[in-house]
Amino acid sequence: MKAVGHNVKRKDGIGKATGRTKYADDLVFPGMLHGRTIRTTIPSGRIRDIRLEFDTTGFTICDHRDIPGRNVVSLIVDDQPCLVDGLVRHVAEPVVLLAHEDRDKLLAAQVTISYDEEAPLFDPIKSETVLKELLIEKGNLERGFASADVVVEGVYRTGHQEHVYIETNGVIAVPERNGIAVYGSIQCPFYVDRALRVMLGPDRYVRVVQTETGGGFGGKEEYPSMLACHATLLAIKSGRPVKIVYDRVEDMLATTKRHPSIVRHKTGLKKDGRITAMDVEVVIDGGAYVTLSPVVLSRGGIHAAGPYRCANTRIHGRAMFTNTPPNGAFRGFGAPQTQFAMEVHMERIAETLGVDPVKLRERNALRPGDLTATGQKLRDDCSALQVLKEAVKRSGYRRKSKKYKGTNRGIGVALFYHGSGFTGSGELKLASRAAVECTERGVRLLVSSTEIGQGTRTMHAQIVADAMGIPYEQVDVAPIDTTIVPDSGPTVASRTCMVVGRILERAARELKERLNGASPADYFAQKGALRVEKQHEPPDWLKWDDDRYRGDAYVTFAWACDVAEVEMDRDTFEVRPIRITAVQDIGRAIHPALATGQIEGGTGQGVGFALIEQVVMKNGAMANSQLTNYTIPTTLDTPEMDVHLVENPYPEGPFGAKGLGELPIDGPAPAIVNAIRSLGIDVREVPATPELIQSAIGSRSRAEAHHDRLTYGAPVAELHLESS
Amino acid sequence: MKLILNGAAIEVEAPPMKRLLDVLREECQLTGTKEGCGEGECGACTVLIDGQPVCACLVPWAHVEGTAVTTIEGLADEHPLPQAFMDQVGAQCGICTPGMILAAVALGPAPSLARIKEGLAGNLCRCTGYEAIYRAIQSVADVRHA
Repeated sequence: MKAVGHNVKRKDGIGKATGRTKYADDLVFPGMLHGRTIRTTIPSGRIRDIRLEFDTTGFTICDHRDIPGRNVVSLIVDDQPCLVDGLVRHVAEPVVLLAHEDRDKLLAAQVTISYDEEAPLFDPIKSETVLKELLIEKGNLERGFASADVVVEGVYRTGHQEHVYIETNGVIAVPERNGIAVYGSIQCPFYVDRALRVMLGPDRYVRVVQTETGGGFGGKEEYPSMLACHATLLAIKSGRPVKIVYDRVEDMLATTKRHPSIVRHKTGLKKDGRITAMDVEVVIDGGAYVTLSPVVLSRGGIHAAGPYRCANTRIHGRAMFTNTPPNGAFRGFGAPQTQFAMEVHMERIAETLGVDPVKLRERNALRPGDLTATGQKLRDDCSALQVLKEAVKRSGYRRKSKKYKGTNRGIGVALFYHGSGFTGSGELKLASRAAVECTERGVRLLVSSTEIGQGTRTMHAQIVADAMGIPYEQVDVAPIDTTIVPDSGPTVASRTCMVVGRILERAARELKERLNGASPADYFAQKGALRVEKQHEPPDWLKWDDDRYRGDAYVTFAWACDVAEVEMDRDTFEVRPIRITAVQDIGRAIHPALATGQIEGGTGQGVGFALIEQVVMKNGAMANSQLTNYTIPTTLDTPEMDVHLVENPYPEGPFGAKGLGELPIDGPAPAIVNAIRSLGIDVREVPATPELIQSAIGSRSRAEAHHDRLTYGAPVAELHLESS
Repeated sequence: MKLILNGAAIEVEAPPMKRLLDVLREECQLTGTKEGCGEGECGACTVLIDGQPVCACLVPWAHVEGTAVTTIEGLADEHPLPQAFMDQVGAQCGICTPGMILAAVALGPAPSLARIKEGLAGNLCRCTGYEAIYRAIQSVADVRHA
């Protein structure tokens, strides 16, 4: 039986559901100490003095002077220190590390830091320090606006979002040989491996092992490198294993979040709704260090024009410095922010022109052969129109739009897409590798792609089984240990199936050929080990210009359309999502149940982003860093979902598969806000909390009093009729 | 202090105000009970005390004297819910799963969808959007009905 396309038994085993699977905090090593991080409490300034106000007997204590190599957490730009050396750029920066075998004594230890404070900067718009800037230009913007009948402008905002993986960040560093072995909850073991080598200096042994990981969503992409460096310093100094597991408050205060965004759109249109010009200004709040902001801005910028055709486009993006903890990777990676703006703007365009919002999208949706904003020519697997039509049909959008008029129910649509794999030349530079080898049982696959709940092990094993033509049960997955597996790149960017799966498919086909008809187990028994390792090969047609942001930004895109139905409480302004219809083209579902789970889960996170998840920042720190007052959707906040998979294969993906993991989070926020807009409430921001909706309704009442002929959603200042 | 833990009468010495969660994980080495938030919001540490689901992070050890405590390890091997959670992808990363399953056990046989949603409202899952969890629980209920 073929494995691909079937809901085969998952490789995770039963342990996750019986409690037997060990996560980082479940591991205990002989002689293990517990570690703790002393952090800054001011957003900007210099440390004047650090006082240890406890009996230090039995403690291991580290600061920046204990770092043998470079004091950086190595990533894109090596600007973030592992431990603060004087200069403070944000609240919750690590300064001093403590370890002790008794957790109560450790927690009781008092460290007082005094500072010379400086004026902090929190507003990314007022910031003058640009972490990254990009410009995407196509056609002639001036000519595009000159040919427009109508110009619609607007500003759209999204807030921070916290990942809330239910397992907080945690690692254990264990002295090994002349260096360290780190076990931890991590998405990208080779990022951690590299950061440790830079921090430790040359010629040190480094081994990184991923423990079963209780959720990531991007939140365990970069921060585990910091955490691993900390535990390693304490372990090397004490000569003993050191475990650091953050509690929820520390995890929320100190680790990364989704970048807040401010996106301004100015769009030229013909009266029939055809877009003639798009001018988009994107600002994201990067926080106090560069970390991943350049690449988040890249993806956000490239997706900022939405899945629409427009001959004259300009997208200008900036990631700005502020004195807040660095914002980082979160599922979607900039695209949820910019596509929120685009899709709410499209709704406002429809309201302004008085055209049907679905027809407006149909008229402008990208088709095969069209060029994106970067000039990328779309291939046959561009299915924007197909997913739009299917979602409108399945959801009963037209019938319900009429039925809900005048009630407290609303319905909204969002059309979106998501580039699969690293942006531009990213995959070429990564040069990821993956391997398969014969074993006594069959075949073992070796990758550094982590299982973080999404089904990596299972899906990769399915691909290898079918490429080899052997039963799925005969495929095993190597443990994620950087001394065992090749570097197949980070587990991010919707690349694990499409990119790494493809390398495995090629390796498996070659292994099959070399076995020359023998079964892998027989070959192993008779001739011994045989291993095939392959490197990623980008398609030969892929062309990308990093400096000009021109060309094939991604090898392909996944396409989707969400229709959201909501109900608003007229007294409390609380919006309850009732139902979301999600139609998503992912090329090929390797494991349909896991794929559906990705879409349902991403949609659920998108609902939280849209309505309830609000990070309250006070003096540069998250003031609500607890699950008591930062709430994520429960069973009662999550709508009924109707997920429909569309399979429009990408010929160069494994069995036609495209990227899947991030796509589903791009749509719910704009679909929900557009549903709220259908109630006549001018919301252009998420989270759309009751307070925000109340103030939008308040401003409508004032606007209606003064301009009662104006359609709501098209404030006069932002609507310019340039010609009739 | 004496109690029934996963069906067996036991005696464990631990500071009376130590969290039940920590005693289970450290003194009893039952690490299937997970800590997600430490303040009773996420339900990852759900255990059953005399059949009622509670957050083990909120319960002092002294409180369970003389009670019957069930952790995920106490579920019989042939219990259908764990396999249903894996088969239906009601478990993705798995960290909320032990607590979620114990909360589901407390629902009794063949709960309605509304009852499932109400009964699991104190258990957060960040991976699934809950739909597959409902499917897992209902698939077991269906089996029992068949």
